[in-house]
Amino acid sequence: MTPIVEIIDVSKSYRRGNRTIPVLVDINLNIGEGEFLALMGPSGSGKSTLLNLIAALDQVDSGAIRVGGIDITALSENELAEWRAVNVGFIFQFYNLIPVLTAFENVELPLLLTGLSRKERNEHVEIALRIVNLEERMDHYPAQLSGGEQQRVAIARAIVTDPAILVADEPTGDLDKVAAREILELMDRLNRESNKTIIMVTHDPRAAEKARVIRRLEKGFLNDVHSQDPH
Amino acid sequence: MFILKILIRNAFRHKLRTLLTILGITVAILAFGLLRTFINAWYGGVEASSASRLVTRSSISLIFHLPLSYKDKIRQVDGVKVVSWGNWFGGVYIDEKNFFANFAVDAKSYLQLYPEYLLSPEETNAFLRDRKGFVAGRKLAKRFGWKIGDTVTLRGTIYPGNWDFVLRGIYRGRDETIDETQFFFHWDYLNETMKKRASARADQAGWYMVGVTRPDRATEVALAIDQTFKNSLAETLTETEKAFQLSFISMSETIIMAIELVSFVVIIIIIAVVANTMSMTYRERIGEYAIFKTLGYRGWRIAGMIVGESMVITLIGSFLGIVLTFPVARIVGKMLSNYFPVFNVAEEAIYMDLAASIIIGLIAAIVPTYRSVRIRIADGLRRIG
Repeated sequence: MTPIVEIIDVSKSYRRGNRTIPVLVDINLNIGEGEFLALMGPSGSGKSTLLNLIAALDQVDSGAIRVGGIDITALSENELAEWRAVNVGFIFQFYNLIPVLTAFENVELPLLLTGLSRKERNEHVEIALRIVNLEERMDHYPAQLSGGEQQRVAIARAIVTDPAILVADEPTGDLDKVAAREILELMDRLNRESNKTIIMVTHDPRAAEKARVIRRLEKGFLNDVHSQDPH
Repeated sequence: MFILKILIRNAFRHKLRTLLTILGITVAILAFGLLRTFINAWYGGVEASSASRLVTRSSISLIFHLPLSYKDKIRQVDGVKVVSWGNWFGGVYIDEKNFFANFAVDAKSYLQLYPEYLLSPEETNAFLRDRKGFVAGRKLAKRFGWKIGDTVTLRGTIYPGNWDFVLRGIYRGRDETIDETQFFFHWDYLNETMKKRASARADQAGWYMVGVTRPDRATEVALAIDQTFKNSLAETLTETEKAFQLSFISMSETIIMAIELVSFVVIIIIIAVVANTMSMTYRERIGEYAIFKTLGYRGWRIAGMIVGESMVITLIGSFLGIVLTFPVARIVGKMLSNYFPVFNVAEEAIYMDLAASIIIGLIAAIVPTYRSVRIRIADGLRRIG
């Protein structure tokens, strides 16, 4: 499988007062196009930090990250913003929808940065909401939706620009079992049917079961590779 | 349109807080507008003054009078077109609280010099024919319910005794800057009465009003008049009507400065209030700004959202403040008509209100904007949940 993400000797640390705390140490990882990868590990192991680095939400201390052949560690702030808007869709634990916007408007947000006409934007939003099966609730505000529905809106927002990569940070962490299963099935479908590369951080083994590859992080080091047939 | 929608919805996310902030801005802009109107009212006489009129008075002080004989000598000065003269009468109508300006003037020349006081030909003739006649401004006549033909008695303070006058004309101002609360009567009536009661005080003019042939010759004519009376017993000081009015204002300069200072303090206070609101907003929305950045929104777009929200709140409050300034100024103007005959909201005050609103909106947004643009996405996202 051609790697879409190449992580080369990446290290990252945080400063707490005078102390430097290493979070990631010499990480090397290739993620193939269309792969569904679960990053697992205990709290503080650096999995969310690694996800943030892959998605260009944070900067490496050393090393390089190439996504689709582009070294994103060499891009400026503005170039990264543009790159994120086109290449990555984000799914967060707490959905992170804008409360004053309806489901439709939340999904439309990333499209406002594109040159699409209003009509084209509407079409894209409707398609994205149809994929997550929320067409009927497009005029609802986040507060009027259940947790599972909010996460589906977040997924629609993540896919509306048709990015190659979806990053998900504990996407089921705030959901009940039923809603969590629906979200995981939706992500699985996006991976299988739309060939989206999905990188998911989770500490929930049932969520990780949906992934094809599981990688574990322990105290900043990447451990074993575990491939599986997703359930 | 989408961004405007977000701005308005964000602005009213915390309705009570936003409404209280808008109320504060409304009151501040209203206070600012009223204070600017006070200052304009103070300079009302200056604005209404003519460039082609000079005032000649005693070089020592206005309280020292000048001989009546000066009028003929002033007339002979090259560039002088009309000469009129007058005295401050200082009469009291019934009670001292009913204060209004009242003067004795040489009627014919005075009306010629002040065409901005509009009188009908019938009223002008009636006034000129009746030595005991007087003319009152429209607002003054309205205030006391005087009608043409009414006899009005003033109690003299500078010139003792009761003085009866008959209302022969009610003038209107040519425009809204003209004081319509004045009372003027025939100088001859005052002079002849004084000849009988205190002859030493007769034939004395408080000041001369001089009309010049061309405004550009005003300075030259003023110098020539003063030169005429140099080394006499009553030397003169001649200045343009504007300078004469400003000399009165300079006496109360400290008060005007204090009012100006207070007006700017009001703006500074409201900047602090709006800045506080915007800071609270910023703290609550750090996570949201991080989400926008995550989705690819650049710093300037986020800055636009914060500044825009600040401007929405400020402009709503300012609009209400400006709209309210007019009726409130009318009420205040009525209450203070004794002291400020012309109390109109000037165009300049509105422009200053608008400028103040924009400054408030922008300054209040500086710190939240700076912080939100600078925040790292990962740090912002950590605040959610």
